[in-house]
Amino acid sequence: MEQVTTPSPEQRHSFVRKTNNIGERIIERCVKIIGGVAVVLIFLILLFVLREALPLLMGAFSQSRTAQSTAQSSLSDTLNLKPEVYNPDVILSEHQAPEEFAPEVYNPDVSVPTTIHAEKINNETEAEGDHITLANILGTVWQPVSTMPKFGIMPLIIGTAKTTFVAIFIGAPLGILAALYAAFFAPRRLREIIKPMVEILAGFPSVVIGFFCLLYVGSALQNLFGFDFRLNAFVGGIGLAIAVIPIVFTITEDALSAVPKSLLEASLAMGATQWESAYKVMLPAAFPGVFAAVLLGIGRAFGETMIALMATGNAAMVSASIGDPVRTFSATIGAEMGEVIWGSAHYSILFFLGVLLFIVSFTLNAVTELFIKERLAKKLQGG
Amino acid sequence: MNQQINRFRNITLRVLLGCTFIFSYASAQDNPRKPVLTIKGSDTMVILVQRWTEMFPDKSKVQFQVTGGGSGTGISALINGTTDICSSSRPMKPSEVKQIREKYKYNGLEVRVARDGIAVYLNVNNPVQNLTIGQVKRVYTGEIVNWKELGGNDAKIVLYSRENNSGTYEFFKEHVLQKQDFASQTQHMVGTGALVNAVAKDPNAIGFGGIAYASGVKPAALAFNESSRYVLPKEEEILSGNYPVSRLLYFYLKERPSGLTKEFIDWVISKSGQDVVNEVGYLPTKKF
Repeated sequence: MEQVTTPSPEQRHSFVRKTNNIGERIIERCVKIIGGVAVVLIFLILLFVLREALPLLMGAFSQSRTAQSTAQSSLSDTLNLKPEVYNPDVILSEHQAPEEFAPEVYNPDVSVPTTIHAEKINNETEAEGDHITLANILGTVWQPVSTMPKFGIMPLIIGTAKTTFVAIFIGAPLGILAALYAAFFAPRRLREIIKPMVEILAGFPSVVIGFFCLLYVGSALQNLFGFDFRLNAFVGGIGLAIAVIPIVFTITEDALSAVPKSLLEASLAMGATQWESAYKVMLPAAFPGVFAAVLLGIGRAFGETMIALMATGNAAMVSASIGDPVRTFSATIGAEMGEVIWGSAHYSILFFLGVLLFIVSFTLNAVTELFIKERLAKKLQGG
Repeated sequence: MNQQINRFRNITLRVLLGCTFIFSYASAQDNPRKPVLTIKGSDTMVILVQRWTEMFPDKSKVQFQVTGGGSGTGISALINGTTDICSSSRPMKPSEVKQIREKYKYNGLEVRVARDGIAVYLNVNNPVQNLTIGQVKRVYTGEIVNWKELGGNDAKIVLYSRENNSGTYEFFKEHVLQKQDFASQTQHMVGTGALVNAVAKDPNAIGFGGIAYASGVKPAALAFNESSRYVLPKEEEILSGNYPVSRLLYFYLKERPSGLTKEFIDWVISKSGQDVVNEVGYLPTKKF
């Protein structure tokens, strides 16, 4: 394959006649606009997510709002914060619970159970102040729905890292080896079957993979390895690996096919075996593509929501063991975003998690870009 | 030959395009002003609400849209205006009532539609059967970590809970955990069905959920304290208040109902609506 150098705009003018056809110029303009829109959209998404997370970053939640709320509203005001009851003849319980369990005494004549909540209302408004400090966010407990909300993201970071690590540890070698097989060792007909089938696997809905892991993989692994927890980072990692393998396979296979055949022929001519040629000559030559494939796989494992939501157990634990359940960023956002009240601290924190995800993916891709360019240049010059 | 194929293809494409337009126009027409009633909220109640919409005598006059997502999701949707009725397995918090009042100048309307008990689920092979509320609390806050402390096998207790957008989660946290935090190793499952499935597969698991979901697991007999009677979540015990963890299930609205909405709600709390409740596994609000 020859290197095709794209002429620069100035060079182009000299030997390519600019088209006079109106139709083609309109099409060219449209394509430019669409490409520009795609880039702008990405920036807009980032801007929107950042805007929702901004109150958090600006410390709007760092002072507790309790001072304001208890000053402004008296107790009688807060007692009025009950919805109107449509059928007050329905009461919670006629039986009086013993003292130790329920300190409040149910008055049978006061038939509205919201009296219980009246006593608790005071506690609730006091605790509703959002104590978001840096210490809270960097803490190790994630309990956002609580009288004292805790937004520690450390367990989420550790959880995401664990599942991604397992997914790549299992998925990347499998994908790369499968691509090696398909590119160099498989007979042509088998290759024609394998490649489309693995690419179909890429289109598999992640919900189905998550469900499959939840029902079967968890129990199978528990029987095999004797895990304490049936749903843990390992099970989640396997589900993610199923999602990652097709990506790594496809891109690695394309990269391997793009390496000039002359390299393979030369290596075989020098007396290397098929495996030596594939593994020691062709794979390093395709290294930039393989690296890009793995990084894309990491990006996919990082952002995958449904598999993590169903198969990891969603426990915000700080632990190094792979056999413990974890809670990932995307699963947290997916599970909790539906309930948050817009504008609250919890809402901002979830968007902040989205910003973090975006930053990590962006950094990964940027590193891929820069790293690949450097490597590619070295490879081409070094031969 | 090529020209003929091309012409055929062009005609087919144009006919298909025309059909698409006609079809979409027609389908937009065939629901002449049927009012849409959206009911969003509790996952615990979603099957019950679906059954109500199916058994509603005037259901041909209205189009129902029923979704789950959790009580918190439903209340948020009510505040944000994306649902007409919100189903919730917990009462509204003062902060939520405040938001409704700010937006709609009304405290919201609460309709008590059914009664439910929360069962603490154990695996059927677990020798433990009786638990006090205090023990359940200490298990879920992480103080008790081994089944042998409760008279069972020597095995680590595996905790399952609902996600924090669930009314069941909030109710359990408030009334059983007395507002303390869950232990960090508690696994959060999406929906009571997933939770029950997990407890059924794990011999050392403990979970909680509405009594209607007990399949493949056994409910523990709960007592207020050591000296009280251990009570299984049966209908008479819950209705009489002997079972410690019972609650009401609610519909919330942002305004007083009128028209078809009022008809639906009145039917739900009437005897015929409450008869449906028993079929689904919950309990009626009162004895009719």
